[in-house]
Amino acid sequence: MTIPNLVGAGLIVIGAGMGLGKIGGSAMEGIARQPEAAGKIQTAMIIIAALLEGLAFGALFLGK
Amino acid sequence: MKLGKTARNKVLSLFSLFFFYGAFAASDSPKTESESDNHGAVSSEAEISEYILHHIKDAHDFHLFSYNDSEGHRKHIGFPLPVIVYSSKGFRTFMSSEFHHDDSGHHVVERDGVSLVKYHEKIYELEEGAHGVEFDEQHHPTNAHAVLDLSITKSVFGFLLVSLLMLFAFGRLAKQYKKQAVPTGFGRVLEPLILYVRDEIARPNIGEKHYRRFTGFLMTVFFFIWISNLLGLTPLGFNITGQIAVTFSLALFTYLITQFSGTKDYWKHIFWMPGVPVPMKIILAPIELLGTLTKPFSLMIRLFANISAGHIVVMSLISIAIIMKSTLGAAGATVLSLALSFFLTLIELLVAFLQAYIFTMLSALFIGMAVEEHDHH
Repeated sequence: MTIPNLVGAGLIVIGAGMGLGKIGGSAMEGIARQPEAAGKIQTAMIIIAALLEGLAFGALFLGK
Repeated sequence: MKLGKTARNKVLSLFSLFFFYGAFAASDSPKTESESDNHGAVSSEAEISEYILHHIKDAHDFHLFSYNDSEGHRKHIGFPLPVIVYSSKGFRTFMSSEFHHDDSGHHVVERDGVSLVKYHEKIYELEEGAHGVEFDEQHHPTNAHAVLDLSITKSVFGFLLVSLLMLFAFGRLAKQYKKQAVPTGFGRVLEPLILYVRDEIARPNIGEKHYRRFTGFLMTVFFFIWISNLLGLTPLGFNITGQIAVTFSLALFTYLITQFSGTKDYWKHIFWMPGVPVPMKIILAPIELLGTLTKPFSLMIRLFANISAGHIVVMSLISIAIIMKSTLGAAGATVLSLALSFFLTLIELLVAFLQAYIFTMLSALFIGMAVEEHDHH
């Protein structure tokens, strides 16, 4: 692995981490506000997290 | 019952998956990396990363562990798998034990006028008159060429094992439903999972009207990925869903099913998006068309990267026992690596289920988008 590759990987992880944090945080807020909708919020959260993860892994994979 | 049909669909899907996997595994290009001869001997950091990369790749035999015997010879413990290659002179089959654990291309296997060597888990056929394989600077063999490799490798073996397990377990369950409403034995474990896939994944995402058509496929994919992931956590060293060829064929099925079950509305929304001005329609069409390809692509990469990354991290944590031995002592390093890898394996158990769930969920979502009927207002 060269240094630009590693810097790129770090940037990807920063971006993905920020995204996941936003998703998780908003989901927690939503659940705290409406605990009865916890199941639905969780499902939606996992789908969005999975889409984001796919994007991040795709970028890591292409940069390998 | 509907489950009988599901079982039949499952067999069909698995056979075609197997076919695709075989075709894909044979068309890989040789990797360019240097590797030492002592396959399985781990002592330094460089060798550890090599060992981990070796584990991630598919192999022609099961390698469990190695040790040095009292005379200093390297002993390898594992079991061989059949090698089936189509060379320039037709099919040749033999057990992989004939390579004697050689992965550097030095040990030549002679079979009816065909000389074969194994180099980085790829099998090459030597040209006429050559006695050993030679490499150029990029580690490509110069006097040998790749053959069509249809071997039962580690992943193919795991693939077949999972298929047979599923066929047996679900076939038995389907038969039980003909006689009684409540299953007995292992079927009681499977029934809630099947209902979960049907009622929590297929029904809400595809819709009440169409979900039955796709439940068979979704269930096959879900259980195949889940069982394969769990098999990857056993010490046998399977890495089935960590092979990109496997995830490629799984994603290809989702892609084909989505496209072939697409309604008129689905295609209209891709090529001629209603409700936007004409220049915008022209810009949107290629983007939407590309969107149909990126969805299965992300499915493929997600599963492959997650499982591979999980394996790499578990193996790295186990390697702490070797790397930290000089600073923490043998006992301290072992306890540290055991504790860390134990907790990570627990997380991997969750990931095994989560990835199967996400793959099935997103497949259902994409299929649901394709079969959805828009009410025009």
